[in-house]
Amino acid sequence: MEVIDSSLIDWSRAQFALTAMYHWIFVPLTLGLGVVMAVMETIYYRTRDVFWRETAKFWMKLFAINFAMGIATGLILEFQFGTNWSNYSWFVGDIFGAPLAIEGMVAFFMESTFVAVMYFGWNKVSKRAHLTATWMTSLGATLSALWILVANAWMQYPVGMHFNPETVRNEMADFWTVALSPVAIMKFSHAVSSCWLLGTIFVVGVSCWYLIKGRHERFALSSIKVAAIIGLLATAIVSYTGHKSASQVAQHQPMKLAAAEGYYHGEHGAGLVAVGMLRPNASWDNLDEGDSGFHWKVEIPSLLSILATHDPQAFIPGIKDILAGGYELPDGGKALSAQQMMQRGKLAIDALRDFRLAMEAADQPAMTDARARLDSNFKYFGYGYLRSPSDLVPPVPLVFYAFRVMVIATAAFAFILLIFLMLGARVTRSRPLLWAGMATVPLVYLASQAGWVVSEVGRQPWAIQGILPNTAAVSKLDVSSVQITFFIFLTLFTLMLIAEICIMKKSIQKGPSV
Amino acid sequence: MLEDYVLLQHYWWFLISLLGALLVFLMFVQGGQSLLWCVGHTEMERRMLSNSTGRKWELTFTTLVTFGGAFFASFPLFYSTSFGGAYWVWMLILLCFVLQAFSYEFQNKKGNLLGSTTYRVFLLINGVLAPVLIGTALGTFFHGAEFIINKSALVDITAPTISQWSNSWHGLEAVINLWNVCLGLTLLFLSRVLARLYYLNNVDDAAIVARCRSGLVKESVFFLVFFLSFVIHLLLSDGFAVNPLNHLISIEPYKYLNNLLAMPAVLATLLLGVLLLLLGIGLALFSRSKRGIWPAGLGTVLSVLALLLCAGWNNTAYYPSLSDLQSSLTLTNSCSSHFTLKVMSIVSLVIPFVLLYITYAWRALDRVPITEDEIKDDHEAY
Repeated sequence: MEVIDSSLIDWSRAQFALTAMYHWIFVPLTLGLGVVMAVMETIYYRTRDVFWRETAKFWMKLFAINFAMGIATGLILEFQFGTNWSNYSWFVGDIFGAPLAIEGMVAFFMESTFVAVMYFGWNKVSKRAHLTATWMTSLGATLSALWILVANAWMQYPVGMHFNPETVRNEMADFWTVALSPVAIMKFSHAVSSCWLLGTIFVVGVSCWYLIKGRHERFALSSIKVAAIIGLLATAIVSYTGHKSASQVAQHQPMKLAAAEGYYHGEHGAGLVAVGMLRPNASWDNLDEGDSGFHWKVEIPSLLSILATHDPQAFIPGIKDILAGGYELPDGGKALSAQQMMQRGKLAIDALRDFRLAMEAADQPAMTDARARLDSNFKYFGYGYLRSPSDLVPPVPLVFYAFRVMVIATAAFAFILLIFLMLGARVTRSRPLLWAGMATVPLVYLASQAGWVVSEVGRQPWAIQGILPNTAAVSKLDVSSVQITFFIFLTLFTLMLIAEICIMKKSIQKGPSV
Repeated sequence: MLEDYVLLQHYWWFLISLLGALLVFLMFVQGGQSLLWCVGHTEMERRMLSNSTGRKWELTFTTLVTFGGAFFASFPLFYSTSFGGAYWVWMLILLCFVLQAFSYEFQNKKGNLLGSTTYRVFLLINGVLAPVLIGTALGTFFHGAEFIINKSALVDITAPTISQWSNSWHGLEAVINLWNVCLGLTLLFLSRVLARLYYLNNVDDAAIVARCRSGLVKESVFFLVFFLSFVIHLLLSDGFAVNPLNHLISIEPYKYLNNLLAMPAVLATLLLGVLLLLLGIGLALFSRSKRGIWPAGLGTVLSVLALLLCAGWNNTAYYPSLSDLQSSLTLTNSCSSHFTLKVMSIVSLVIPFVLLYITYAWRALDRVPITEDEIKDDHEAY
């Protein structure tokens, strides 16, 4: 019997993670700068002040350099679902393919058509038509993100579908439940507003460089003003949707929440660790009762319970509780242990096997019986592929630290943007503040990546939460093939990134024409 | 209910075929890249050519992405089988397009790390390899590939892969079939013919126009030789038929010829497409007209559309398995559920609006052909 090689799964995951992380370097800037330059061109359209046209044009130039890289990495990402996750593509393609197709038809064409008008059309179309093209480019990019995030949210919270044992796949039952699931709405709002934040921090950082160099002062101060206003709005949305997302995670992905909090033992009135250092050897299977697994931590009492459930005394299960089960669920039921869920998963897989055999034999009563067993256990289908409960625990330190980087950095961005907005032109007097503005640029990229680490690493081992682990989703390929393409992509993307940074640096050094 | 489902399957195969046909037409961008040094002899000429196709490359790219997304949504078993199995062919195609995406933008920017020539070589690689590889991949729609599908494999928890490739070449074996390569070369020369016609229409430069016209005869002859060879071979070869009652797949002599005879509208589309394509080439060769790209472009879309419809309609297995005939992919056994196809069909109503704004943008940017002065004065030019 041929067995799927675990290193194949690791390399396939590594390749997907690599592509996704590179993609997420470029896409947030596209979305963020898109809004900034559209607002600036709108000011130009209303005031007819050439200064604003040239200001918008400068940011468009940086947008264009970045745009191509986003779509290049995005292309690889889309097709990797087929190339590296072929079982996934069939098992959930009936649902997952739809948002991807809609993204192409509705959003990506809009973005890629109007970006050419925006970039090359200054002297070819009217001012109004050009402004429309700029907004359409920004809207297209945002809609593109919407459908991708709908697809991603569905992987985290699969709803609106049923499993069909005759076709051996999940089939869509309600489009709107998929498209408008609360997780999708929060994920979209959170991710897009975080992109606006990244774009505005980028604008502030570049503008600070001009102020330090004593160049293009009006341009820099005007850009900071526009960016700070949009950025503060984005921060408010990021904070609100981040909180709401965490509540959803507590409800639907308790293991992810526990990993993000480094939270091994559940308790009533659970505290939130503001900062802390986990012991490197701490693990769910070697911690005694009362041992939190931290070297040190600063904890705010009851805050985790409040944020997750709005009840200061609510019980929040830790990693050990989730694996052991037996605690009370929000719906009043009792949580199953990992072993029990794995057992139910195996029952579901066995029932599917029986159904398929009965179908081949055209044995209707046996099909009905198998179908009933399958339906009653399908919720745990994916658990049947797991080898041990420890498979369910994601890498806790990575998720824990990434979560803190994301949250603490976002708070810092809000503070800095507020100061810049309040000081206005007086900001030029404070060089440390200008340097701080510049330093936030790499930090915002780090925070942005950290957000996706929390979201994606935190949900391991699942390709589709609860019903399909990575081990059952992967394509059957030679490990060496995936290794070769991994290193090709690594080399190519890294070269492209370095080239982009160099080109951006030259463009910024040259500066705007105002 | 069943009839409605079958209709939707055919409708989605039509849309996939249309997207594939549009993609082939838009590969004039690739053709143009492969001609960069043949037609452009000076740096300014190469910049004019680069800017001409450079304002369209996103459309080709987007069509490829949408083609993939639409295939995923409507025929997910093809997506999982072909992409997961013919790994190397698809990866090479993707890499070609990645090279293209950043090369246009980076080629003439200061600080671009690799130098202008390197990026143009990347464009050349994309210009030559992308049509050949896509053509070769499309060839497998008629000549098959080596894979096995076993949906019951999902219950084997140690090896649950449903679609498995039967050889270790993972798609590279497609080039062993000369007819696949023949289709690839057809696409390469078609893209070069279309590129010459597009440049005639889009670039206002006497030297470039003269070189585009002078090279057109040779390119057209190469294209016609490969195209006619492929079509004649296809019409005379066996095909993969599906029994609509029991869904069993069998080899049928002259299947694709029979398909065209059974579907006169598709046959008429193919003939009209070829005529329009020849008309476009003829306009450029035998008159001073610069509008040959339009009949040739429409002809390309119609011809490719007809060939792809021939691959999937009229009870034909559109992705035959050479390892296990009954694993071959058909519209029925590989499509999405009735509900999903219905939802996606409603979404597809936006396509005319998409085509409308693409037409607007195309006209807005191409109303006046590119001149040397425009490139000199335009700071945003590539």
